[in-house]
Amino acid sequence: MPTLSIQSHRFFCHVWILVFWFFSAPLHAELDIEIFGGGTARIPIAIVPFADENKFQHSITKVVSDDLERSGLFSLVDSNGLTPYAPVEVVYSDWIDRGASALVIGRTIIMPNGMIEIQFRLMDVARKEQLTGLVATVPITQLRSAAHRIADIIYETLTGDVGVFSTQIAYVMKQGDKYALQIADADGFNAQSIIEYTEPIISPAWSPDGSQLAYVSFENQKPVIYVQTLATHQRIAVANFKGSNSAPAWSPDGQRLAVVLTAQGNSQIFLINVDGTGMRRLSKSSGIDTEPSFSPDGRSIIFTSDRGGSPQIYRMLVTETENSMAERLTFEGNYNVSPDFSKDGRSFTFINRNNGRFNVAVQEFGSRQMQILTNSQFDESPSFAPNGKMILYATEIKGRGILSAVSRDGQTRQQLSIQAGNIREPAWGPLPTAN
Amino acid sequence: MKKVLSVLMISLLSACASQTTQPAADVEDRTIGANGEAGNGSSIASGESNFHPLQDPNSILSQRSVYYDFDSYTVRNEYREMVTAHAQYLRDNANSKVLLQGNTDGRGSREYNLALGQRRADGVKNMMTLSGARDSQIEAVSLGEEKPRAVGHDESSWRQNRRTDIIYRGE
Repeated sequence: MPTLSIQSHRFFCHVWILVFWFFSAPLHAELDIEIFGGGTARIPIAIVPFADENKFQHSITKVVSDDLERSGLFSLVDSNGLTPYAPVEVVYSDWIDRGASALVIGRTIIMPNGMIEIQFRLMDVARKEQLTGLVATVPITQLRSAAHRIADIIYETLTGDVGVFSTQIAYVMKQGDKYALQIADADGFNAQSIIEYTEPIISPAWSPDGSQLAYVSFENQKPVIYVQTLATHQRIAVANFKGSNSAPAWSPDGQRLAVVLTAQGNSQIFLINVDGTGMRRLSKSSGIDTEPSFSPDGRSIIFTSDRGGSPQIYRMLVTETENSMAERLTFEGNYNVSPDFSKDGRSFTFINRNNGRFNVAVQEFGSRQMQILTNSQFDESPSFAPNGKMILYATEIKGRGILSAVSRDGQTRQQLSIQAGNIREPAWGPLPTAN
Repeated sequence: MKKVLSVLMISLLSACASQTTQPAADVEDRTIGANGEAGNGSSIASGESNFHPLQDPNSILSQRSVYYDFDSYTVRNEYREMVTAHAQYLRDNANSKVLLQGNTDGRGSREYNLALGQRRADGVKNMMTLSGARDSQIEAVSLGEEKPRAVGHDESSWRQNRRTDIIYRGE
């Protein structure tokens, strides 16, 4: 047997009482599979239902399967009645016949103290060996989050990229005449309200460390920007100037916000410290400048402006004084709005209007090629996953607002299961911070 | 069909209202909204009217909404006479104040629509101050796409929502 090593893992928080790798595999284990770049080839993976998991309300297997499938990088292979739970029970030829490159097996055990022990192993079918695995003991309320972390480990081991299944999203739900700002797990489960009002709430934005949300509330009969700390529910009005205050965007260091104010006339972009001090104007145009989004290095901002006659995406430097210079980035169509910078700084996602449809698009800064990722009618508010591989956005089905996620290559789309109501204004939160 | 019927009903109601002495203001307002851009040719100066000029259904001042094309904040020619009439009323009645609420249809970006609604309201304000109203009499705000008058997902609804409303304070 390989040496047993205890490693800390970025996603392991305090709920993990015991975590150790069965096998000291490199983080990006090589798997005998086709290259999956470009979105055509997916990793065929079989996930055998974990032993005894049917005793629990939440199936680990289903959570893991849904996560991996939603990423667009995996295709699920039906285990079709085969039920190996331990490596010795695996007949590899069965899985080769089914076309699986990777195999997930595991079991759940109820401990005397009521905690659940989860055993999980990821097997390389061609090499007939274990790639990684873990044992974790969690309270029953943490089964779903444990399953998300298992999905993250599978994703990271097989793609070499960071998994985002343990992240959270924020969005606004309208139900009747009530507006609720909610946060939920990245798959839409475990929703909880942060605030509720009978006036609109728009534009939630996560602080870079995930501890705070900025948003715009109309509760005082006009748009005002608040920053709320999630743990304490305390909040302050960061921008409540004459006129409209909206479109908050965090600087990467979390120290200040780019905001849109009408205090000096048209909607223009200003910078303000998170405590509401130090407000100064940044953009200077005779039209609308709105929807700022910082580059990862904090040195430039992309935003929507109609200075050229129609709303388009522009980029400007974050200068010490007012800046009227900006580079136009979008040229296809006469309506390109709602830009969001990718975390690697190489591309941005936005909404493009074409033939009466409003669709999610991405564009590389280098190639300037626009790629439309969706074919729905009314998409809004796209935001990148922290690893840049998926984009969360709002869309409509039969007049009802829902959230959907599309893979960066446009190959996979999946609706998020969030209960009733009209859902809009999603924002994908950051990776959990390291302990 | 339902909508057409209700428009007819409201039109009938307001027609009745104008013959009796019950010019219910909100019925009047809905008529304008329901008709969308069809509110033309009603600028008959009703010399004999007993109504306050703002409440006289035959006065152009009873019209309170400017409608727009998609992604446009240009006040179309057909609304200029109405906006100018309100400006002149404000000029002549220094104590009157109006709130201008800019609205957009529900498509596209909420933030951009918030800014667009502001430009619509600002545009009407501009035209009013050029025509004699004082800056202090007018507040221009945007509701963006957040308070739609019509909730349908078709052009007839969107058209009604691309709008600046003129609301007299205390009315």
